[in-house]
Amino acid sequence: MAASTPLISAGLALRVHGLRKTFGDVVAVAGLDLEVSPGECFGLLGPNGAGKTTTIEICEGLTQPDAGEVELLGRTWHDHGDDLRQRLGIQLQETQLSEKLTVQETLRLFRSFYRNGRDVGDVISLVQLDEKRRARVGTLSGGQKQRLALGCALVGDPELVFLDEPTTGLDPQARRQVWELIEELKATGRTILLTTHYMDEAERLCDQVAIVDHGRNIALGTPRQLIAGLGAEQIVAFAVEKQAAGRLDPQTLAAIATAIDATRPAHATDTGWELPVAALHLAIPALLAELDRRALPLAELRTHSPTLEDVFVSLTGRALRDA
Amino acid sequence: MPDPGHPAPVRAALVELTLVRLREFVREPEALFWVFGFPLLLALGLGIAFRNRPPESARVGVLRSVPAAVASSLDSATGLTAVPLEDDSAGASALRTADVALVVAPSAGGGIEYRFDPSRPDARMARLLADKAVQQGAGRHDAIPVAEATVRERGARYIDFFIPGLLGLNLMGSGIWSIAFAVVTARKQKLLKRLVATPMSRSQYLMSFLLARLFFLVLEVGVLVGFAALVFDVPVRGSFVTLGLICLVAALSFSAMGLLVASRARTVEAVSGLANLVMLPMWIFSGVFFSSANFPRVMQPFIQALPLTGTVDALRAIMLRGATLASVSGELLLLLAWLVVPFVIALRLFRWR
Repeated sequence: MAASTPLISAGLALRVHGLRKTFGDVVAVAGLDLEVSPGECFGLLGPNGAGKTTTIEICEGLTQPDAGEVELLGRTWHDHGDDLRQRLGIQLQETQLSEKLTVQETLRLFRSFYRNGRDVGDVISLVQLDEKRRARVGTLSGGQKQRLALGCALVGDPELVFLDEPTTGLDPQARRQVWELIEELKATGRTILLTTHYMDEAERLCDQVAIVDHGRNIALGTPRQLIAGLGAEQIVAFAVEKQAAGRLDPQTLAAIATAIDATRPAHATDTGWELPVAALHLAIPALLAELDRRALPLAELRTHSPTLEDVFVSLTGRALRDA
Repeated sequence: MPDPGHPAPVRAALVELTLVRLREFVREPEALFWVFGFPLLLALGLGIAFRNRPPESARVGVLRSVPAAVASSLDSATGLTAVPLEDDSAGASALRTADVALVVAPSAGGGIEYRFDPSRPDARMARLLADKAVQQGAGRHDAIPVAEATVRERGARYIDFFIPGLLGLNLMGSGIWSIAFAVVTARKQKLLKRLVATPMSRSQYLMSFLLARLFFLVLEVGVLVGFAALVFDVPVRGSFVTLGLICLVAALSFSAMGLLVASRARTVEAVSGLANLVMLPMWIFSGVFFSSANFPRVMQPFIQALPLTGTVDALRAIMLRGATLASVSGELLLLLAWLVVPFVIALRLFRWR
C-alpha cells in the first residue's frame, strides 16, 4: 500500500487518499483526500458530525479505516507504528486527565513514554502553567486543562501535531491563549493538523483549510483563496423590529433578495438575516426602499466582508452551526 | 522553581505509571478507609462479639411446691442459678420468655418433673446439671471417679478462625475493586485512548497495577495481621515467608480477576455489577465467616475451586496450624491457575478505547 505511490508522498508530512469509514449505517468519512506539507498548519473545518474527528483519529492510528491510504512522515501505521508514536503529538477531543495528579506529575508521566522529548519544566512554561505546576488537575479551569492537554501533546517533542477541536468549550480569553500557543508552535516549524468548527480559528491559525461536510472534502485552499472564490461579494446583514419579524416569511425574503440582486438566497443568523451581494452601493438603497415599501421597520443594518462561514454557506446552503 | 540548566530527570515509564497508581490511591481517602479502616473495624467488632467469656451459669426455675431438700440441692449446685418461682403459671411464663432454661416442678408420688424445650441446647444442659445436683443431693455417687482439667487454646477461638478469612476477603476486595474502578474510570474519561495514542507500552500499563498492588499488599497484610496479633493475640504459627507468598499469589490472582472484570466495561455501574457478581459466591461459600464444610457435599468441588476458598484455607493452615509451603502447595497451584487464566483472557478481551 505504501510502496504503490511513494513519489506522490515525497516531502509531505501527511497524505490521506480515498479515506472511508462507516459506523453501522452512518457514513462518517466518504472518500476523503488530504495533503499536508511540512511546517504547515492545516485545518479541517466543518460542522459537528462532518467526519472531522473520525478523519483525525484515523490519521492518529486510533481508528482503522474501511478503505484508503494514510501516510505520515512518509510512513504507514502498518509498517512503522511504534516509530510514528514517538514522532506524533496528539490532543484528543474528550480526554479527561487524572484529576488527582498535579500538572507536573501528569507531564512527567507523558514524558516518560518518549525516548526523546522536551524538559517537563520547559513545557510547563510553554503552556503557561508555571504557577499551577503543583496544582491538582481537578482544580484547573477549562482553559488550563486544555493547555495541559496541549502540553501532553508537546512533551514528546513531536514533528507532527494533531489537535482535535483545541478550543471547543473555552471562553474567549482562554481561546486566545490557546491560539497564541499554537502560533508559537507554528513558529518552531512543526506540522499541525487541527479540526475546528470555528471560522475565526481557522482563518487565524491555518495556512491551508479543507472544508469538510458529510465526510467529504468540499473545498481546499488558503482561507484567503477560499474567500476570494466567492467573487467580489459583500455580505449585508439586517434585522427588522421584533413585532414585524413574523411578516418576514420565506416569500418576502425571496422577493427582497431579488430586489437587491443578491447572489444567493437569504440565510438566518442569530439576530436577523444575511444576503450576499455583488454591488453594495446598489444593494443598500434597494434594500431600504423594499423594506419601506413593505412597511417593515429596520432594526439593524450591517455589512461585512465574507468569511469562511460565508464560504461554507455558499457551498452547502447551510450555516455551519446549524448544519 | 525550574532550573533551566538542570532538566528534570526522566524516570522509566513503568516507574511513572506505578507512581501514578500509588498517588491516585493515596489521594482517595475513601479508598484508604475501605482497604485499611474497614477490615480493622470488622475484625474489632466481630472479635468483641465472639470474645471468650467464662461459662455462663444456667438459670433454673424452682417452684415453691418442690420438696425443700431438692430446692436446697439446687440452690447450692455449681454451674446453675436457682430462681424461685411462685406457681405453675409463673413457671410457664418464665420458660416462655426464656428467663429460665428449665423449670423444676413437683410431680405425683414425691418426685420432681423437669419442664424444658429440648430443642434448646442450654435447656438440655440445664436439665443435666439440675438432675446431677438433685440426685447427688439425694445421695447418688459416681460409679467412676472423674477429674477435670480445663484447656483454653489460642488459635481455637472464633477470632482466630475469622482473621485469616478476613485477610483473604480483603485481598479479594482490594484486588478486584482497585483495578476494576481505575481501569473503567480511565476508559470512561478517554484517558486509556489518550495513553494508547502515546508510545506507552500497554503491558507496562497493566503491569503498573500489579506493582502498585504489591506495594499496598505489604501494608494491608501487615496492618491486619499485626492488629490481630496485638489486640486479639491471634497466632501466626507458620513461617512469614510462606504467609507472604500465599498473600502475594492471591493478590495477583485477584488483580488478574479485576482486570478481567474491567476488560470490557465502559461504565462504573457496569463494572460494579460484574465485580459483585464475581465476588458474591466467594463471600458466601469460601468459608470466610463460617466453615465452608457447612455446605452440602455436592457443592464442595465448586467451593474448593474458588480462589478465595484456596486463599482462606491456606492462610488458616499457615496461621493456625503452622502449615509448611509443601502442605499448602495445592492451594498455591489453584491460585496460580486463577492468576494465569483470567490474565490471559483479560489481555485478549481488553478494550483500550
